[in-house]
Amino acid sequence: MRFNRLALYGLLGIAALMILAPVFIMVSTSLKPMDEIRDGSIFALPVEPSFDAWREAWSGDCSQTAGGNCGGLSSSFLTSVKIVIPALFLSVGLGAVTGYALAAWKMRGANLMFAALLVGMFIPPQVTLYPLIIMVRELGIFGSIPGLVLVHVIWGVAFTTMMFRNFFKTVPQDLLKAARIDGAGFWPLFWHVMLPLSLPILGVAMILQFTYIWNDFLLGLTFGGRSGQPMTVALNNLVGSQFGEKEYNVDMAATMLTALPTLAVYLLSGRLFVRGIAAGAVKG
Amino acid sequence: MAEPAQGALKTSHDGRWRWRPQWTARMALIPAMTITIVCFYGFIIWTFVISLTRSRLLPVYKFTGFDQYVRLFANERWWTAMQNIAIHGFLFIGGCIVFGYLLAILIDRGIKAEGMFRTVFMLPLSMSFIVTGVIWQWVMNPGLGLQDAVRELGWTTFEFNWIVRQDRAIYTLAIAGIWQQVGLCMALFLAGLRNVDPNIWKASRVDGIPVWRVYLHVITPMMRTVFFTVFILMSAIVMKAYDLVVALTGGGPGFSSDLPAKFVVDHILNRQELGLGAAGAFVLLCTVIAVISPYIHFELRKARDGGGH
Repeated sequence: MRFNRLALYGLLGIAALMILAPVFIMVSTSLKPMDEIRDGSIFALPVEPSFDAWREAWSGDCSQTAGGNCGGLSSSFLTSVKIVIPALFLSVGLGAVTGYALAAWKMRGANLMFAALLVGMFIPPQVTLYPLIIMVRELGIFGSIPGLVLVHVIWGVAFTTMMFRNFFKTVPQDLLKAARIDGAGFWPLFWHVMLPLSLPILGVAMILQFTYIWNDFLLGLTFGGRSGQPMTVALNNLVGSQFGEKEYNVDMAATMLTALPTLAVYLLSGRLFVRGIAAGAVKG
Repeated sequence: MAEPAQGALKTSHDGRWRWRPQWTARMALIPAMTITIVCFYGFIIWTFVISLTRSRLLPVYKFTGFDQYVRLFANERWWTAMQNIAIHGFLFIGGCIVFGYLLAILIDRGIKAEGMFRTVFMLPLSMSFIVTGVIWQWVMNPGLGLQDAVRELGWTTFEFNWIVRQDRAIYTLAIAGIWQQVGLCMALFLAGLRNVDPNIWKASRVDGIPVWRVYLHVITPMMRTVFFTVFILMSAIVMKAYDLVVALTGGGPGFSSDLPAKFVVDHILNRQELGLGAAGAFVLLCTVIAVISPYIHFELRKARDGGGH
């Protein structure tokens, strides 16, 4: 019995180390100067830790990087923030209202719409990419932040709607009936009954949408143009476009900076993230 | 389905024309409905139409029948990508299911610090595929990464240079992919294990059946639907896999680790082969539909029977 317990914790410990090792390597590489990286092992702790690479990754160093990326990641960080905030509220808000309408109001075709959205969640974005480019270009917002916000709302609405619809379906029908008999209309029922009930799912949807939008690459790459580059795109350019000797410490610092916002949200939200990720997994 | 809702009954008595809440509900659906009809299904049709034309840089509506599909299936890079998605899909989905299930079982054995382990295993999920790709590209760097570190420990012939080898680069995708997604599979399996009736464990203890046999012969068959769900979710990730390839191998060396999703984006955005890219996209969509249709069927039946519980 005792041996079993030891083996159990041993296996879990090994698995945890394997998951954490790349994260550790990322952090420690970002704190090392380049000669330490060249001479030492990737598993070694930094001897003289410094944040120089972080500073360079954040604000840039034009003598080291070529190809127009000498602004560092700070400007694309701002771009990402400007994309995430409106896209987050619009996609979650639209999903909440749509999910509520589908779940609480008996309507012809509600099941069909549910099915259409469910299938829609699985459509690879590549399949509708080009028509979407044409549409955004015709609207005159291609290569700008509003364009990216619109695209994120379009891609997020199926997922947020499903989350809210499935949650609102679990609300007892008697409660809805009672509210309707009292004469509650569509919006009062939403604001005063349903929305307050849905606070946990609202949190889950916000956290996941934040993670998805922040982590998106394909849409940012396609619709961002030069002025609307989100952080993931800037990171990929930074890592791919250095000339001369590659500065792995700067690469890792930039990676760390890109990962930090979603990591922080994950660590702070804990349970909510775990609850939602299963429901939202299909969005990949 | 079309039974009148409560509000409708109430307002129809007094005979006067009144705005009904049902109409508001209908209007509230308009934005999402427009997106679904136009941006999902309409654009799929549009892409299909483009795939029937000669379009290169811009859409040109001169139809050439299924010529682009003929070209696609004669394209060597496409076949490499298709072969790769099979290899990657098998390794990635298999790895996620096996390791995810094992981790879930370990955690389910009533351990201390369960929350900590769960947090650690799901940590990579919060990061983007780009971040994952860049980290693993560095770890697998043949000059300064893992290979170098192991050699410095004394094992001087150790080789781990898959990322720069034509015949091995595709396997690196599965390694990085499993690292990122195994936590999700674990969480789904763990939720399934927690739903198992505790009486099964009591009965098996009374009968003296070893724990591993209970898992293998009793619990695992009970988890059919969870395995099914995990399989579908991981398949969806494989089909869409674009970011990870771009950040980890860039599809290289050469096109040796190319995947269909990357083939499509490259041809649509960079190679001025819009028609060919659209044909690839449509084939990709057909593959997705073939894989997920049993799942959609299952979900819809569940929604109809149980009201979405």
